[in-house]
Amino acid sequence: MTRVALIGLGKMGLSHLAIVRTHPQVDLVAVCDPAAYVREVLTKHTGLKGYADYRRLLDEEEPDAVVIATPSRFHAEMVQAALERDIHVYCEKPFCLDVAEGRRLAELAETKRLVSQVGYHYRFVAAFQEMKRLIDAGVLGRIHHFRAEAYGPVVLRANGSTWRTRRTEGGGCLYDYACHAIDLVHYLVGRPDAVGGTVLNRVLSRDVEDEVYSTFFYADGKTGQLAANWSDESFRKMSVKVTVWGANGRICADRQELQLYLREIAPQAPQFAAGWNVRNTTELTKPVWFYLRGEEYSAQIDHFIQSVEQRNPHTLCTFRAAAEVDGVAAMMLKDAQNVGSIGAARAPLH
Amino acid sequence: MQRILFGDNQFFGVNHMSEDKARAQAMRFPSTASVIEVLDAAYDEGIKVFMCTTHERIGDICDYMRANAGRYADFQFYPCMPYGVKYANAVTEHGVLGALKMFLPQEGALGAILKGGVSAARREVKGLAELLIDAEMKMFEGLSTPVIFLQNLATDLLLGLGFNEAFRVFAEHVRNRYQAEPGFITMNLPRLLDVLEGLGIDNPIVCASINKIGFRMCGGIEAYEKAIATRTFRPIAMSVLASGAIAPREALEYVCGQSAIRSIVFGASSRANIRQTKQLIRELSARQSAPLRVAER
Repeated sequence: MTRVALIGLGKMGLSHLAIVRTHPQVDLVAVCDPAAYVREVLTKHTGLKGYADYRRLLDEEEPDAVVIATPSRFHAEMVQAALERDIHVYCEKPFCLDVAEGRRLAELAETKRLVSQVGYHYRFVAAFQEMKRLIDAGVLGRIHHFRAEAYGPVVLRANGSTWRTRRTEGGGCLYDYACHAIDLVHYLVGRPDAVGGTVLNRVLSRDVEDEVYSTFFYADGKTGQLAANWSDESFRKMSVKVTVWGANGRICADRQELQLYLREIAPQAPQFAAGWNVRNTTELTKPVWFYLRGEEYSAQIDHFIQSVEQRNPHTLCTFRAAAEVDGVAAMMLKDAQNVGSIGAARAPLH
Repeated sequence: MQRILFGDNQFFGVNHMSEDKARAQAMRFPSTASVIEVLDAAYDEGIKVFMCTTHERIGDICDYMRANAGRYADFQFYPCMPYGVKYANAVTEHGVLGALKMFLPQEGALGAILKGGVSAARREVKGLAELLIDAEMKMFEGLSTPVIFLQNLATDLLLGLGFNEAFRVFAEHVRNRYQAEPGFITMNLPRLLDVLEGLGIDNPIVCASINKIGFRMCGGIEAYEKAIATRTFRPIAMSVLASGAIAPREALEYVCGQSAIRSIVFGASSRANIRQTKQLIRELSARQSAPLRVAER
């Protein structure tokens, strides 16, 4: 059994808690949140042990692993504290607002050979995993372009005020939404060598961007476009979609399905016909032991637990990989200022 | 409980297989009138139960039903609460407490509960839960709601957290306040049955994905089949077609072949589909064929 503690009882924290607690190889030893009401109601009714101070939790419970699901500005110090105590860490995204700090923590985890994972759950969506398998197998031939999109309903009115609406705390569409698309791009086709034409626009928010657009450039000539908008309520919930074009066709995936158009049958994947092929989540997704919001949320927790049990630091989404996402986000922020878009620090256009 | 229940996923752009299909469906139903037209078709085909989430738009349907009570004399709602996306989005924007504040009926209700202090935590949760249930039920005032469900996002969150007491609070409040039967929707049927049994909630109504390909049947298809065949509860099958992954006859054969399954919920967008599905269920249920479940695999 792996002894796990969980820090942060917001939306993601509660969701992770429900999933982790049911995992057959986990003993959930304690939870932590400074907010008394949610913590105390939980401990009273679920028999969980609660702490207000995470350092005390780590020292007294000495868990094997910790799940950190706090607002992003707390990630660095909490991850550091856990790693110093030789505790394996699963941390929510975005990883660290300070890129150098993220890289330092990645190095610390690597040096100590601790398991690190960040909550980019789209890597665990079966359709994206199949997409990666096909791209890596060369089914599309040479990749020349992609489009990664993330849309959904987060900020639908002016005057929202939580950490998600403050850039300094990891809020904004770039960190909250676009990072998922950036991470999927890294997972599927690799990290860009440069970004350009980045636009960070406000639609409704006062302090952060609500939409993000950027072009990614690669040394091999490949390019890609990224679009994210978290003020789009025509999407019932967050929707991420990636389309990749190659010499032999195109592939497109979202949570529900994978669509593959092949110019010619690829010998690496003869089960796919020339022309259109569709594979749905119902056939691609592997069953999980417990379902809450999507198989991918359970699958990523299971991946972390198995990695901890096997002492395997090479998870599907390490601190190193997540720090790369933060690095590209930082490149985009810088580029947006050069491009002369409104930018988070400037006054809105009227 | 009626044998055939009409679901609402098709009206709100929910499709587990395709985002495009989901959007196309949402576009088909831009107005209350377009939804009513399909509900009328179902009603005229003899399907008199609408099992629906407490989505804001259902409020308009309820208004219409109240205004035309004569036409819908024996129409029943089976509300499923809460509409999860509404809460999840609110928690994202306002945090757990902020979201609770948003959905509670009167100003200060949450403040009063918080001030009560931790010593009274048990009562606080009960009071809070009851206020939230009442808020969700408000739109159904004056309409028939003989079964009230806890939506799977809520059921499975509480189940995972181990917050078992909440199931009892829900069941009792639904019984006492609405003279209705409590129902539970889940993706984790065997695990939930264990918990409900432990709480002494006897012969519960439980709605779960039950389909031939084992889609969203956590614990495994064999465990589901065994639970359905041997345990004391009233199963309702949903996701029978697995969002279209299984052909209708094959899908319904599987479900109708399990005689313990009380009801089947399905959604459709046209009268022809409604009629066809209804006729298939009638035909296959009447056959009550020898259990094909274990033998078939």
